[in-house]
Amino acid sequence: MTINENLGQWSETFMLLAAVTYLVSFVAFTWDLASHSRATRKAEAAAGSADETGVPATVGASPVARNSEKSGSGVSAAVLEGGGGGSRGRAYNARTRAKLNNYVADDSMTYTGERRVAARVAVAVMIIACAIHVIGVVTRGLAAGRVPWGNMYEFCTTGALVVSVVFLVALIFRDLRFVGALVTGLSLIMMVAATIGFPTPVGHLKPALQSYWLVIHVSVAVMASGVFTITFAMAVLQLIQSRRERKLIEGEKAGLGFMRLVPSSQALENFAFRLNTVGFVMWTFTLAMGAIWANKAWGRYWGWDTKEVWTFVIWVVYAAYLHARATRGWTGPRSAWLSIIGYGCIIFNFTAVNVVFNGLHSYSGL
Amino acid sequence: MDGMSNKKKAAKKDAPVLGLIGMLRWAWTQLTKMNTALFLLLLLAVAAVPGSMFPQNIQDPQKVQEYKDSHTTWGPIADKLQLFDVFSSAWFSAIYILLFISLIGCVVPRTIKHAKAFRAKPPRTPRNLTRLPQHRVLTIPVDSVEGGLTANGAVRTANKILRKRHYRTEVREDSTAPSVGAERGYIREIGNLLFHASMIGVLVGVAIGGQFGYSGQKIVAEGESHVNTLISYDSFKPGTNYNPDWLRNFSVTLDKLNVTYDRDKTSSTYGQDLSYDAQMTVKDSPGAKAKKESLKVNEPLNIDGNNVYLQGNGYAPIVKVTGGDGKVAYEGPVVSLPTDKVFTSSMVLKVPDAGPDQLGFVGMFLPTAVIQPGQMPYSADAAPANPALVLSSYSGDLGLDDGKPQNVYVLDTDKLNELNSMKSENGGIVLTEENNKLDLPDNKGSIEFEGVKRYAGLDIHYDPGKPVVLVSFLLAFGGLIISLFVARRRLWVKARETTLDGGTKAVVVEYGLLARGEDPRLAAEADKLTEIFAQEWGLEFSEG
Repeated sequence: MTINENLGQWSETFMLLAAVTYLVSFVAFTWDLASHSRATRKAEAAAGSADETGVPATVGASPVARNSEKSGSGVSAAVLEGGGGGSRGRAYNARTRAKLNNYVADDSMTYTGERRVAARVAVAVMIIACAIHVIGVVTRGLAAGRVPWGNMYEFCTTGALVVSVVFLVALIFRDLRFVGALVTGLSLIMMVAATIGFPTPVGHLKPALQSYWLVIHVSVAVMASGVFTITFAMAVLQLIQSRRERKLIEGEKAGLGFMRLVPSSQALENFAFRLNTVGFVMWTFTLAMGAIWANKAWGRYWGWDTKEVWTFVIWVVYAAYLHARATRGWTGPRSAWLSIIGYGCIIFNFTAVNVVFNGLHSYSGL
Repeated sequence: MDGMSNKKKAAKKDAPVLGLIGMLRWAWTQLTKMNTALFLLLLLAVAAVPGSMFPQNIQDPQKVQEYKDSHTTWGPIADKLQLFDVFSSAWFSAIYILLFISLIGCVVPRTIKHAKAFRAKPPRTPRNLTRLPQHRVLTIPVDSVEGGLTANGAVRTANKILRKRHYRTEVREDSTAPSVGAERGYIREIGNLLFHASMIGVLVGVAIGGQFGYSGQKIVAEGESHVNTLISYDSFKPGTNYNPDWLRNFSVTLDKLNVTYDRDKTSSTYGQDLSYDAQMTVKDSPGAKAKKESLKVNEPLNIDGNNVYLQGNGYAPIVKVTGGDGKVAYEGPVVSLPTDKVFTSSMVLKVPDAGPDQLGFVGMFLPTAVIQPGQMPYSADAAPANPALVLSSYSGDLGLDDGKPQNVYVLDTDKLNELNSMKSENGGIVLTEENNKLDLPDNKGSIEFEGVKRYAGLDIHYDPGKPVVLVSFLLAFGGLIISLFVARRRLWVKARETTLDGGTKAVVVEYGLLARGEDPRLAAEADKLTEIFAQEWGLEFSEG
């Protein structure tokens, strides 16, 4: 297989274009939050503490089926911590929830009719960015004649693509536009890091990397990292939101009007937990496939190489995160912190371990 | 939970006379708490970190020594703290052993509990279903169903539907308020227990490997053999309880090592080796028939349970050294270690048999040498297009006679006199294919460059714990997926007969769902059941 350098250069141009488009999308997402923040402040100033209209009454048109769970304000008291409602995130009682109701977005994260022009533009631009990005990654793969995740540049660019695609696919089902700014921001950082931090021309792989295990092991690692990137963004929002909620409950001015677009910290926690379980399974798979590959390549399935140490650390941190969910006193902000620490370890594992330490996994291509 | 608080009460009462048993019980209760397990998990993560910060003996004892040499005060302290053997250190072991005890203490009671729950009937129907997290009511006019509908009939139909949806059910017929109790997802807890139990299996497998396995390295030049006995190894690491007498008596001979280079001019990796493979002759035992095998990176050979890996390759220039007394003191391949991408390889040759003085050589082997006057020779390519040796020579005492083990790749020049080098006035030794012989200064002898062979770096491993680890892991992975993605739910359906305002008879079917553990799809399940029931009993929804 030969290297197509010309195509490689095209790929780099597409990556650059995609990065610029992400920047536009990021600005639009931020604009959306900012404009909402401004609108909220204006409304608050005008109406004082005028109550917004409550939840629209559910139209009782269906003659036979009645849902006893009241939508919106009063989730039945049974849905408290471990109450059998199917999620164990930190919850407030019904009265406190009602108090917060007008200050956070609906927990179901479904699309409401509200027109958010900037957000729509942002999503549209992001789709375009993603399309350009796909071309960039595919041409890179074609130029090298192999899968495009053989060094840090490729891991970063392909990783950023996975983050964007996971986010856009999730948008089909849920209105997650509130994390859009964070997600596009992180994608952008990954693209910039790839281009400036780890620029690597198209090239062949070392003999040790020429294996179908590269396809399996690394692709799942990239996907898991993509999922953890999104849960990281949600954990950050969860912390901000829970701080804001505490202020609101105490009757102080909470500020950060744009956080009204974001669901309650509990809803964020529950959603992030679901994603993290998927991420954890993927990470377990990565770890196992890595062990099988290591066994094939180096004669041992586990040798505590620097990369292996950190993969293990990440696995244990996310395992702790899963256990925290079932531990009294460890839901809420603490579990968010665990998720953030886990992501910090992933970043460290990817950057420092590849560049600074000299292990068997030093495939930075630098 | 009741049991817990009882225990607590008992512990309080006993506090003054806790005694040994009481202490143990207290410790056991503390250890098996979820909080403790979580703490130990986090501690394990933190404890693993130094294993990546400090050089580790299991990977590179040489680097550990270098670290100790350059940190004279801190080095011994770090050594005492077992920071160079993190993963076999007392503190790391203590954490994971406590964690596993905690795990067993959690898994055993839960297994017993679940075994009981598994045989038990679904729990009794609660009086008030509206208090459940998901609750729905359907009112079915009796005449909307063909042949009429009774409360008991509705319950029986619900039972059939729930069974089809993999619920375990029990019908409670009753003249006034019949009901079905149902539960599904028992396998969730089984998966959870399986995952944790399999973790113990992984640990056992690792331990077996550490006790009864071994690993060793051997460099074999083309034409040379490795016979699998202890003395044949360059380095050998046995498991704690491995007896080298157990080594299987196979042998491998390297016939030829093939290397493919990147010859694509536009490639950024031009000139580097793209792939290599070793053509081997394998004999399972001294008397067995020889087999031809091809050994590649990532594709080990399995010989009688032992795995042979191709780990690296390099050049072994063939050198003949004659001593000052005119006798041939050495003739054969010398392994050189590649130092960069164009295979500039460092080599050391110690010739203790040279007379009257012992000889030592240090320098480089260059596969494609570029030799220009006034410049240090360098290699331009990894392929052997113009092989050359660039050496400095020494004579004197090699320090081998006192029997102390020495590193073959390092020449200790303390007791040696430099004969010549590239830096000295007389110039070093530069040997090529055309110009392949040089007499050493001061009549110390001569050195001749006779050709080049390639060598293969072989790793040989035996780990009887591997299958245990693999099977345990597969079970753990299956258990993990089941425990995370199968929902465990309880569900009750109640039916009663009633008369509507207009005087029509109807059956009211009421059902409530309760999640046991994580279940983000509980509401979706309630909706799905509504849909199925409505279809079954001919209800139609108007757009709401």
